[in-house]
Amino acid sequence: MSRMTYAEAARTALAEAMRADPRVWCVGEDLGRGGVFGQYKGLREEFGPDRVSDAPISEAGIMGAAFGAAMVGTRPVVEMRFADFALCATDELVNQVAKARFMFGGQSRAPMVIRKPMGMWRSSAAQHSQSLESWYAHIPGLVVAVPSTPQDNYTMMHAALAADDPVVYMEHKNIWALEGDVDVGEPYDWGTARRRHAGDDLTLVCWSDTANVAERAAATLAAEGIGADVLDLRTLWPWDRDGVLDSVARTGRLLVAHESVGAGGFGGEVVATVCQHAFDALRAPPRRLAAPRSLIPYAPNLEDRLRVTEDMIVAAAREMCA
Amino acid sequence: MSRPNYDRDRGLALLTMMERIRAFERTAEQAAVRDQLVLGAIHLSIGQEAVAAGLVGALRRDDLMVSTHRGHGHTLAKGADPAAMMKELLGRQGGCCGGKGGSMHIADFGVGMLGANGVVSANITIGAGAAHGVKLLGDDRIVVDIFGDGAINRGPFLEGLNWAAVFGLPVLFVCEDNEWSATTRTADMTAGDGAGARARAIGLPVEVVDGNDAEAVADVARSLVARVRDSRAPAFLHARTFRQGGHTYFDPASYRSADDTAARIASDDPIDRQRAALGAAGVADADLDRLRSDAEAEMAAALEAAKAAPFPDADQTFTDVQDIGAPEAAA
Ligand SMILES: Cc1ncc(C[n+]2csc(CCOP(=O)(O)OP(=O)(O)O)c2C)c(N)n1
Repeated sequence: MSRMTYAEAARTALAEAMRADPRVWCVGEDLGRGGVFGQYKGLREEFGPDRVSDAPISEAGIMGAAFGAAMVGTRPVVEMRFADFALCATDELVNQVAKARFMFGGQSRAPMVIRKPMGMWRSSAAQHSQSLESWYAHIPGLVVAVPSTPQDNYTMMHAALAADDPVVYMEHKNIWALEGDVDVGEPYDWGTARRRHAGDDLTLVCWSDTANVAERAAATLAAEGIGADVLDLRTLWPWDRDGVLDSVARTGRLLVAHESVGAGGFGGEVVATVCQHAFDALRAPPRRLAAPRSLIPYAPNLEDRLRVTEDMIVAAAREMCA
Repeated sequence: MSRPNYDRDRGLALLTMMERIRAFERTAEQAAVRDQLVLGAIHLSIGQEAVAAGLVGALRRDDLMVSTHRGHGHTLAKGADPAAMMKELLGRQGGCCGGKGGSMHIADFGVGMLGANGVVSANITIGAGAAHGVKLLGDDRIVVDIFGDGAINRGPFLEGLNWAAVFGLPVLFVCEDNEWSATTRTADMTAGDGAGARARAIGLPVEVVDGNDAEAVADVARSLVARVRDSRAPAFLHARTFRQGGHTYFDPASYRSADDTAARIASDDPIDRQRAALGAAGVADADLDRLRSDAEAEMAAALEAAKAAPFPDADQTFTDVQDIGAPEAAA
């Protein structure tokens, strides 16, 4: 067991994978100096400029070129800097990377880890704060990872690097410095949620940094005698349908909390699935907590109005269990 | 007119490939129009065959290629099996992509053909990336990255050429300029001096060639391919040609003068020109005719094979999507 930050955990996994497999390489803007968030710090020194490659400010070029390099047998880690800028490479990701294996009848693979740092951190406004994970969950061909702890950022980065599918890997910018214990031997199966808190009164589904918020809310609720079963999905595709349905079968209540916009968000998929397959178990209407469908503002008091907070989760859970 | 030291064997090989491409496409067109067996859009390269034939003759089999929606000729020239290609166009089992891609996604990785593309210009960065991969793997293959004149107005043109130049990648970019972007004359929507000038501004060596002269394409391709292979740096070829038909097989091209088109075809068809060159070099008409009838017979057989092939198994809808979170056959 070692103590690491969320950023260090992914960096450690990446360095280990690069040592083990010479086909793994990284490409993105400013990687030579460690990347904008230091996620690549020290890697250039160890692996050299070809394997920790800078890139022109050409997001479409980065994604397209990495895809071409993946088709000939390398395993690129694509750094998009901010999930917001990754939109410049959406055609390459959605029309090319996600589809190549299928369209070409299985002749090619795109083993790529596509890192898209996401989410609100203080006062970064509308173009540097978005959580667009649900977009990618909608695209067949993609795996969507949204780790929330150092442990998962270590384990899931390793799993992503070992995968032969393209993995959209979205780290939350607000928690780069979050520290935690990491067991390097912990096993991981894709599509399994982590139970962040156990309880029998209400199933609380969350992911990314909202899982950390939800875990704190669950502690408050526990002190009041409300048992929240907090399931951190960790991946939106595949997602732990069975884990959620089993939990709801026990608790009879479903609360989904996520930072991204509620309308059209993945929380709706979770709620719909539960309604379709566990309706009879429900003792209260399922509920979602998510961002209202507005744009992320700069001023801190305005920005806060879009956040899903611990207090909001506690209040919603109380109402549902009343 | 005969050229000094004319290489008859190469001349015949070029004509053979052009005849095969044309016969493939005429056959595919019939299968679409007459037989209603090709259900999706196909984009024919009739009139542009010299570019594919001339280019690919300069490549090794293990060299790589990416192409466009108008990629039958490139794919066939790279060495794909026409029966497998025809099956793909008909959406049948045994198609190069198992019937899951069709004409616009035709690919044969076994011969280094890494895919046509339904998104204009997108293949430009992908080809640069394939060359990036080759560089990282450390072998001596090169990539030929073919796109149309319309593609130079999308961002991937800039991003892909700059990428290849900055990283020193073994890729030959080929702008196959047929003057048209769907129903729009490319020149009307393109500022400046066009493809070659843009490539030169990025520092690439540029050659311009009469793309309806198979011999000239073959000559320039030989020198550029050698240059790219030896220097491990990109180069650019602007091949000027002409799209004889509509944008798709069902486009009557009524937006341009039929008389002008007919005059262009009469005076500047690449196959007629190559036949004339070979005739001047002493090849008998009967021998040239036989090349054509052999090509037509080959492609007729390819179509028969495709017609006889079954459609893919229904479960193929759900295969080769992804390993992790693979789809189930229900929503
Ligand atoms: C990004 C994108 N925009 C538009 C289209 C529709 N489209 C298909 S082919 C084409 C014309 C392309 O012209 P050019 O690149 O010169 O190739 P050509 O068809 O002449 O071979 C257009 C506009 C597309 N497939 N992709």
